[in-house]
Formats: sequence, structure tokens, C-alpha cells
Amino acid sequence: MPIIINSREMPVPADARVSLLDFVREHLELYGTKKGCNQGACGACTVLVDGERILACLALAVQYDGREVTTIEGLANDGALHPLQQAFIDHDGFQCGYCTPGQICSAVGMAHEVARGVPSHVTDDLATTEIALNHDELRERMSGNLCRCGAQNGIVDAIAEIYAGPGA
Amino acid sequence: MIELVYSRATDASDAIRRAESENAKYLGGGTNLVDLMRESVEVPSALVDVTGLSAEIKETDDGGLMIGAATRNTAVAEHPVVRARYPMLTRAIVAGASAQIRNMATVGGNLLQRTRCTYFSDIDGSRCNKRSPGEGCDAIEGFNRNHAILGASPACIATHPSDMCVALAALDAIVHLRNASGERAVALCDLHRLPEDRPDLETVLEPGELITAVELPASAIAARSTYRKVRDRSSYAFALVSVAAALELDGGEIADARLALGGVAPKPWRAWHAEAALRGRPATKASFLEAADAELADARPLAGNAFKVGLARRTIAAVLQQLTEGARQ
Repeated sequence: MPIIINSREMPVPADARVSLLDFVREHLELYGTKKGCNQGACGACTVLVDGERILACLALAVQYDGREVTTIEGLANDGALHPLQQAFIDHDGFQCGYCTPGQICSAVGMAHEVARGVPSHVTDDLATTEIALNHDELRERMSGNLCRCGAQNGIVDAIAEIYAGPGA
Repeated sequence: MIELVYSRATDASDAIRRAESENAKYLGGGTNLVDLMRESVEVPSALVDVTGLSAEIKETDDGGLMIGAATRNTAVAEHPVVRARYPMLTRAIVAGASAQIRNMATVGGNLLQRTRCTYFSDIDGSRCNKRSPGEGCDAIEGFNRNHAILGASPACIATHPSDMCVALAALDAIVHLRNASGERAVALCDLHRLPEDRPDLETVLEPGELITAVELPASAIAARSTYRKVRDRSSYAFALVSVAAALELDGGEIADARLALGGVAPKPWRAWHAEAALRGRPATKASFLEAADAELADARPLAGNAFKVGLARRTIAAVLQQLTEGARQ
């Protein structure tokens, strides 16, 4: 089975060692997804697989045979930015921009988790599946994406504009 | 170049057959194994992908839960029965790693993840008895702030990194195993070995043995339970000390307790001494501290991690206090 990257079918690499990250960057020349630490510590390589956020650096491409992968290039629709991409621009959600594709893909995946009622480390009531994406919830749920420029406030504002309820 | 054969198992017996080749490894979410392969700490010649095996969470006839080994960590944490009846397990899972990693990591893989001792993964620069038995340990005289205070040995002071396993230890979880000759079940508390003079032998698994499921027995006490993790930053960091605890009160007295510790030992550390010290005692801070002292009496701190003894003592008492106050509300 092929692997589906941004709606295009691609044959999986012959070498099982190729990470999903190297596959999209070096084989498919989709350079939006970034290699930060390459060891699962920074979140820069976050992509969506069947709508769920994962780290492409710790994923072997062969394992995602038959799955649907969305990178930052796949979020824009016919040249129109995804609303969260526009919000990052509006709120100065980046400085160098290196963590940005991972931040955006991560936030899109996070929104699905919140809608599904997945609890986080700061969720008080485990019985509820109605998660209010407030200040603490948003930061905790995005903690897997590091920004070393110090753009966190703009990042949080951008994500809050699109996904948070009041009080974020 | 070293050969690497990848294949995808269709069921448990298929996986076991495929893993019969020398130096094969089962591959779950890859969040630890792929990283260690990149560092040449792990050099398998075959990977048997077991993520297609059972990822079901089913209620058992006696009121517990059977969790397929391929279930992702997020799926366990968000499961309504886990949240309601085993809250410490949800709390432990969401305290670990990041959301991206929890979406990838499997239950079986979480149990078998390797230590994050930096000397272990520093293959070119450091000696490590876990990686190369008999070579020596650079952590003992080195930077050992994150290392074990309980259960370590002169050969190895590495800690087990899992949060989930700490809750599973407190919950008396049972690990279901299978190999070519049959099936068996091992208590989670007995799955991991202490290092003694063979820190390279981390579990009681036989070669080729596969974790097929983790079972949570029915547990009334687990409904009032929690997990607290103390770390250097408030999210996305390994534990300095963590505590999984459940408490059953009878008036002002402790009827029963479950307690396990993370970040302090080479395996998920069930605090049997502390539990024994708690039963039948008044639910007061003095009792909680006494129980903590009973567990920590055997602690052997090193130059860099003596702070963990006091931190573990205070965290145990604080978590038990929290559960007591919750019970009285």
C-alpha cells in the first residue's frame, strides 16, 4: 500500500530506517516540516496522521503505509491559508519560524483532542469530556512544541483566537 | 550497511514467528526504539511491527479491564472506565511525555522503554554496564542528579522512566505474555528486575516473548487515587519523583492504601513498606511521614540526588493528605 501525503499517494521507502520526517523532507521535498532535535524533544517535526498529531522524527515511514499524513503544506486550501496560519501572522506567532509548522500542525491535532474530551495534566475533573481550552489547558497541551525565540505569547494568542473559548 | 528487515505482524502468533530471527525486536510506536537505533544503542537486524495487534480495551468478567498491548497511551488515558475507576492511571499517562508521543506510544512499548540515563545513550563517550556489561558506570561518580536512590546496585543507578508503569504497579496490574511455547501472566511489579550485577537484564521476559495485554484487576480502592509528578519544569519532563497513591479511609483511620514511586528506582517502585505502615493508622500527616520514612529507610543517595529523599518524603505525605481531604469533602 502507498502512504498518502497531503492527498497524494507515495510509495513507501525501500529502506525501513527512513523516518517519516526524512521521507517528507528528503524524498518528497516537502521542506515545511522541520528537523529540530531529531529525538522527540522539540516538536518541530509534528505532522498529522489520520488527523492525530505525532512526531515524524520518531516514526519510521514504513509504519505509516496506508495512512493519511498531513504536513503544513497540506493545511492550506487552494492557496488560501488555514485560519490558524493567518492567526499566527496576525499575532506575531513566530520569530525565526523554525518551530512554526510543528506548532500549527500540533494545534490542529490538539483541537481534535479537546473536542473529543481527552483530558490533560491540568484537567481538574476527569469525568468531564467538555474541556474548556483556557490559559492553563492550552499551554499544557502545547508543551510538546518548544519555541526558543520566545514567541510563546503570540503563539498562544493565535491558537486561542481560533480554538479557545472565552477566558483563554 | 547493517541489514534491517521490517515486517508487520498480523496477530500475536505471527509476530512471535517473525521475531524468531536472531536479534529481532518488536516495534510499537517507535518513540524510544527508533531514537535508540539512531544512536546505535539498539542495533536490531529485524523489526516486527506489532502496532496492528490488539488495541482493544475490554471489561473483564470480574470487573477489571483488559488492555491490548498495542493500545496507544492516549487511548488508555481517555477511556471512560479508566478515568472513572482508575483515575491514577489517566493522571500518570497525561503527566508523561507530550501529546504527540502519547498518541504514538503503545502500552507494551511503555513497559519496555529503556532508561533515559544520559550515560546509557552516550555510546561514544561514556561507560555503561547496561549497554556493555562489565564496562563500568560513569554515572556513579558523574552527574547523577536524576538517578536512583532505591534498588540500585554498584553496577547501575539508572531509573525506569515510565509514569504509566508507576500507576500500574500501584494498581496490581497483570502483564500477559506469550511465546512459541505458550502464555503466562506476570505481575507488573515482578516484570522488571533490579540491576544487581546484570543491569543489561531489565525484565523477566524470555527471548522472543511478546507482551499481549495488560490487565487491571477490579479495585474499589483505585476509584480514590491520584498521581503526582515533580519535575524540573511543569510539563514535558521526566520525573524527579512521582507518587501514585490510592487510599481507603474508615472514619479517620486508614483502612487500606496503595503506593508506588517513580523517578527514584530502576523499576516502578511499589512502596510495600509504606503501605504496611499506613494500614490501621490515623489519617494524619504524622502517619504519612512515618510511612514515607519506612519506605525511604533503605534509600542510598548519591552526591547529586540526595535531595530526592526529602522530596519523595514530602511528596508522599502531600499526595496522601490530598486524597484524605478529597475523601472528607
